[in-house]
Order: sequence, then structure tokens, then C-alpha cells
Amino acid sequence: MDVAVHLATYVALAIFVVAIGVRFLRIRNYPLNLRWEIYPVPHEGKRAAYGGSKMEEVDYWAKPHPPDWIRELRFMLAEMIFIKALFEHNRKLWYRSFPFHFGLYMAAAFAGLLGLSAILELAGTPFEGPEVSRLAVALKAAATVIGAVGFALAIAGSLGLLFMRMTDSDLKPYTHFSHYFNLVFIAAALVLALAAMVTATPPAAPFRKYIASLIAFDLSAPLGGPLTGLAIVAVSLLIAYIPLTHMSHFFVKWFTWHEIRWDDTLNVKGGRIEKMIEQALQYRVSWSADHVRGNGKKTWAQVATEEMPKSE
Amino acid sequence: MSDKKDFRIEDVSKPGKQWAHVSNKDLMPMPPPLDDPANEPEWREITDQAREKYEASLDDTLVLNIPKPKSKEEEQALVRKFLEGLSKLFSKEDNWPFLKPFMLTIEHCANCQTCSEACHIFEASGQNPIYRPTVRAEILRRIYHKYLKPGGQFYGKWLHGDIALNWKTVARLAELSYRCNLCRRCAQTCPIGADNGLVAREIRKLFSQELGIHTEELHDKGTVLQLKVGSSTGMNALVVKDNIDFIDEDTSERTGMTIRTPWDKAGANILLIHNAGEILAWPENAGAFAAIFEAAGLRWTLSSELAAYDSVNYGLFYDDIMLAKVALKQAQAARKLGVKKIILGECGHAHKALTVISDRVLTGDLNIPRESALPVLRDIVMSNRIRFDPSRNDFPVTLHDPCNVVRMMGIVEPQRQILREICPKFREMEPHGVNNYCCGGGSGFAIHSKHNFEDWRFKVAGRKKLSQILTAFSDCLDPAIKKYVCAPCSNCKGQMRDIFRYYDLWEKHSILYGGLVELIVNAMADVKPGYIEWEWR
Repeated sequence: MDVAVHLATYVALAIFVVAIGVRFLRIRNYPLNLRWEIYPVPHEGKRAAYGGSKMEEVDYWAKPHPPDWIRELRFMLAEMIFIKALFEHNRKLWYRSFPFHFGLYMAAAFAGLLGLSAILELAGTPFEGPEVSRLAVALKAAATVIGAVGFALAIAGSLGLLFMRMTDSDLKPYTHFSHYFNLVFIAAALVLALAAMVTATPPAAPFRKYIASLIAFDLSAPLGGPLTGLAIVAVSLLIAYIPLTHMSHFFVKWFTWHEIRWDDTLNVKGGRIEKMIEQALQYRVSWSADHVRGNGKKTWAQVATEEMPKSE
Repeated sequence: MSDKKDFRIEDVSKPGKQWAHVSNKDLMPMPPPLDDPANEPEWREITDQAREKYEASLDDTLVLNIPKPKSKEEEQALVRKFLEGLSKLFSKEDNWPFLKPFMLTIEHCANCQTCSEACHIFEASGQNPIYRPTVRAEILRRIYHKYLKPGGQFYGKWLHGDIALNWKTVARLAELSYRCNLCRRCAQTCPIGADNGLVAREIRKLFSQELGIHTEELHDKGTVLQLKVGSSTGMNALVVKDNIDFIDEDTSERTGMTIRTPWDKAGANILLIHNAGEILAWPENAGAFAAIFEAAGLRWTLSSELAAYDSVNYGLFYDDIMLAKVALKQAQAARKLGVKKIILGECGHAHKALTVISDRVLTGDLNIPRESALPVLRDIVMSNRIRFDPSRNDFPVTLHDPCNVVRMMGIVEPQRQILREICPKFREMEPHGVNNYCCGGGSGFAIHSKHNFEDWRFKVAGRKKLSQILTAFSDCLDPAIKKYVCAPCSNCKGQMRDIFRYYDLWEKHSILYGGLVELIVNAMADVKPGYIEWEWR
């Protein structure tokens, strides 16, 4: 059983990495899209405060406009951590969504702290007994607090979202079985994790030991009880499941912001963008309306430059 | 008919006279002087003949005029064709221009409805559920997952919601894609970065590029006419030159300057392209540009080449291929003249189409720099090259932000700097700048008025903007005080002309609309006073 659970976690982590990788590459490999930015664009610097752009200048294309990465980073952090857009535009949902997402971030931080602790423990730092180091005490305390608060917030948030999806007349017509399933699944996995944590002594120790056994490939290491085992299986399944769903928006957002909303990269003669356009213009068009008649034979360059058909 | 409480996406497929209805009592309340709902004009009905002839089962109005199929077989053939078109929206070869933003929206929208609150159409309709920005995308997503994804018939409805694909669904979806101004205010608020405004456009594109279904105004009398004759107004090169001659004479007389618009001047620095609608409907706008450019000593020209004296590019609203064709013609004309840059006059969608969108269409020597007239005008006004007397503009002025210039291009301040300099009673609408609301005529609606579409355009699409305008002038509604809504966009002006007339705002409250350049010339100290004539047109 212990071996099976360990294997399940490895498989889940592999699915997580591969699914994200595949999705990332798929999006990365989409052809260049036409510019479709929306202002404000934070890397516009001071102008971004009111939504302005370089196009407010005469001959803007001939002047240098170094992107303001600091402002962009500040914007991104506020969006990632606090879901600022939701706070500003949909406060009712934010009250549920923010604890949910922030709780998940804390849960991820909990896993990170446990991973660090496990590495230190494997390297010989004592985490239990009379020899326990101050660093270990601090890490254990931090993990316990962050884990407990994070799980509690994410559980509260997911239940709040579930209740809202079930009762809110704005959301109900757009809520499918998968929405309910996702929220119930997440809440259940986190309830198990929290329960396993609070019933253990010391609280996070079974998870730390489990992560250490994963790092050391010690597949037969005991799980620390059935509740911990169940929690580990549930969380492993969740880790594998999330990137297969629309919940992968946690990283897709990078593309929607950087490669669409904020993508104001100019097409300069002989540059990278121009080469990509020239490549796209050679794609075959199969749109079949009378004014196109692509039929999979003509290229974009051809349909864009040919005169209107006589029937028009 | 669907109402708020029992609204279901699945009902788009059900038979019935119409899916949704908006009555006067549902509409968003208006500020004074339009705050009494009893004075709201009644809706005109679509005629029985029109309902008999065209698919009109979405709501109270009709834009597309899709003829009703004559048989079940014809219906099925159209549904099949729709599915073929839908699969092309997901193909790299057929939809490279928008595949990435489209896919990311279809796959990752969380349906949180944050965008709904941002939509002026949803708000003004009294939150009618069919006008949520998410409706179109949700219908499309369900069809895609159920009918195009492997196994979709089995798991599609569990994962993504159920829908039946029949001719009713297809016809309603087509019409529904023309209940969005494409202003993308919804996309601006999305926490994930999804863009339901784009989805509306992509649906229009599917119908145009695959089924040949588009509005006559945008296609036959729009892009096709422009590519065949030279302008969507129907003016050929001779006619447009005649009109500009007349405008030159009139402007010379009104300003006391000697205006002679240069045509086809090889080697000029600037090719100026107006929306040709200005030349016919608001000739004082083209005249004002000439007066300012001449007074500032710019080396500029107009072009009489096909499509190059009309900056309009309705392809932006419904069809990638027509968009590219028009943009190419305009760039070819600029290349032929050897100008250093193209400057776009007061036309919002032309700004975006030629400056931003075409930036990834034009390559090599066709990639001629293109920019908005607004920064150029700002530099002229602020440079003291021309003397101004702001007291000539001593009347209340508010500024409408065309979505395509502001939200889509980030050109926010130049027009404000000008107004702050030359209009002492300038006041903002709220919200403004990149958070503005569409005029209600966006995405070409301003040129659509068949059947009773104007009723919908004024009562629903234009309601929020009108409310903003009235609020901005709330301290001076007295008809003795003349007021000016500055709208530096031809399409927006068309919408304002029509909606002001509908609610009688010029006659009763002296609210006029116009462009930015007219205000500039009106304040030029060295020309005759009174360029703005305060006459309704």
C-alpha cells in the first residue's frame, strides 16, 4: 500500500509537469496573432497610470520606448497575489475567490517548506528529539501555521464558491457538473489534508516524512496512518487533475496578459515579427464564402491581394 | 421567451417567436431630462413581413436579415456549414490572426460573470441575460465541445454544459453576434484575460468567411464598395475631389484663409486619410483639418487611389480577409506617393485597423509608419505655431473617448491637452479615458438602421453613453446654453447625431456634437470667428 501511494504521487507529479508542459508548448506554438492589446499596459511606464501608450507621441515608431518592467512586475504581483481585477470589478466573487486562491498559494508554500525541511532532515539536521535545531523548530512552526491557515482559507473559499455557484442566479446558468465537481474535489482533498495535519503530533511531521521518502525514493516508508495516506492520495489526484482542466488558468494568465493584452511589440522591417507574418501569410485558406473561395489552395497572401470576384 | 429567473443557455435552441424581449420598463433609468420613463419613445415592432422573410427570433430587433431556409434540408446544410466554419476558427491555417486569443478565451473563461457588470448593453437593457458578454462564448463553447471534440456527445454536457445544435441555434447565434459593440470593456475587466468581445467578432467572422452571412451595410455597401469604387460612401475619385474642392471653398470663406487641399502630392511627408463619411456628412471636419495643417505648414496630401481617400475599414468588425484587403490598398497608395507616414483623421476604428491591427499584416515596403492625428494636433496646438483665443470656445464641452482610439490604442491625453488649452469650460464624463463607455454605435452599428434596429441602438446600446453626456451637462441643461460633445470619431458622431435627434436633445437642450478639429479652428485667433455654426446636421 505504501509503495502504491508513493507511486501514485510520482505519477501525479509527472502528469502535472507533463500536462503543463504540453499546454505551455501548445500555446507557445500558436501562430503569431494580430495585435489585440487593451490599455492600460503597465510596461508603458508613467503613462500606464491613466492608460496611455507610446502612440500618444508623434513619430512614436522612431523613438526608443524601453518597457517599464518594474511597473509591470508590480502589476503582476498585485494581480497574482490579490486578484486585483476581481477585487475591482466583482467584489462579491472576490470575497470567496481570494481566500480560495490565497489559501492554495499558502498550501503550496506549506509544501515548499516541507520540501525544504525534508531536504535538511535528509542532510542530517535534526527535526525531532532533544537535538532539534532552532531552524527546524522555526520551519516546523511556520509550516504548521501556513499549512493550517492555508488549508482553512482554501476550504472556506471553495465552499463559498460552491455555494455561490449553486445559488447565484448570475452564475447558475453557466455552472456545469464539472464546476461543482472541481470545487467539491478540491474542498474534500484539502479537508483530508487539514484533518491529517491537525490529528498528527507534531502536526506536519507525517507530510514532511512522506516528502522526505519521496525525495529519497524510499517507497516503502510508512505513511503515518490511514488518514494521512488518504489525504496524500487525494492531494496527488488533485495535483494531476488541475492542469487537465480550465483551472490551468493559473499559468495561462501569463499568455493572456503578456502575449495578447500587453503585446504591443512593433513590427519592424526585417525583424522577427515580420518573418512570422510572412510565414503566416503562406498558410492555406479554406474559408469558402464567395468573397474568399480559399478551398485550401490559396494562401493568405493570395486572398488578401486578389481583386474582388465578379459575382460581388 | 426567456427572463432573468429562468434563463438557460440551452433555450437558444428552442422554437419560439423570440428568445428575449426588452420593454421600456426594463431599461436602465436615465438622468434628467430623460428621467421620466413615460416619455421614453415606444418600440417599433419588426413587421410581420420581415418576420416572415427573415430569421428574427432572437429579440426585438433584426440586423442580419438572414433569409429563412425553405426546407429542412436547407436548414441542415446551413448547420453543417456552420460547423465547418466553427472548426476553421480553431485551425492554425484558417485563423492564425486570432487563434491564440480565441482559444485561450474558449478554454479558460471561468464564467465568473465579472465582465457582465462592465458591459453597457447588459446594464442598459436592465440586465437582460441574453446580453451578457458570456452568452455567445458559452453557446459556442458548448457546441464546440459537444459537436467537434472527440467523444463530446458523451461527456460534453457533463463537462461543459448541454446544447442542441439546430438551425434556430445557429441563426440566433449569428444575430446575437451583432448585439455587441466590440468595445472590449468586458475584456478589460476579466481576471483571467479572456476576451468575450473577441468571441463576438469571431462569430461574425465565421458567418462571413464561411457562410457569406454579413450585414449589407458592412459588406456590400461597406468593404466591397470601398474596394470596387474607392469608398464605402460610394464616392469615386472624381466625386471626392469635387467634394473637397467645395469644402476648400467653403473653408476659405469661413476662415478667411486660402485653402487648397493637395491631392496625390508625391514626396509629401504626410498622407492624411479621412473617414470619407466626414466629407459628405460633416465637411467642416475635413475643412478644419486642411485649415490646421496649412496654418501649421505641414507637407501633406490626400490620395485619390482606390480606398486611400477613405480610412474606413469595416473588415475590422466582421472579416479578416476584407480587413487585410482594405489595409493593403491604403498602404499601397502611401507607398506609391512615397510619403513618410500615414496620418488617420477622426475615425476610431480606422485608427485601430490601420495602425494596430495592420501592423501584423503589412510587411516590407508596405509597412509605412502610421499614426493618429491626435498627437500631431496636440503638438501643433501646444507649440504656439498657431495663435489661439480660447474665449471663442467659451461654452460647455465634454469629451467622448472612442473605444478604438483610447482603450485599444492608449491615446488618452493628447485630445485632453488640446481641450484643456482651448476650451475653458471643458468637463470630463465619468468614467472616461480607457474606462470609457462605447457610444453605442461601435462595431458599425451607427450605420445600421433597418427595421427597428435604431430603437435598440438608442434605447439599449447608446443608453449608457447618453446618460454620461447628460450627467456631464447636468448643471447647464438650459437650452439657452449651447453645449458641445467632442467626439473625435466619425462613427461615434453618427451615433450621437441619431440618438440626439431621437431624444430631441438639440432642439430642447442645445446639445450639439462635433469633432475636435472644429473646436481647434473655432479657437484660432487669426481666422474669422464662428467656425462652429451651431446648426444641427
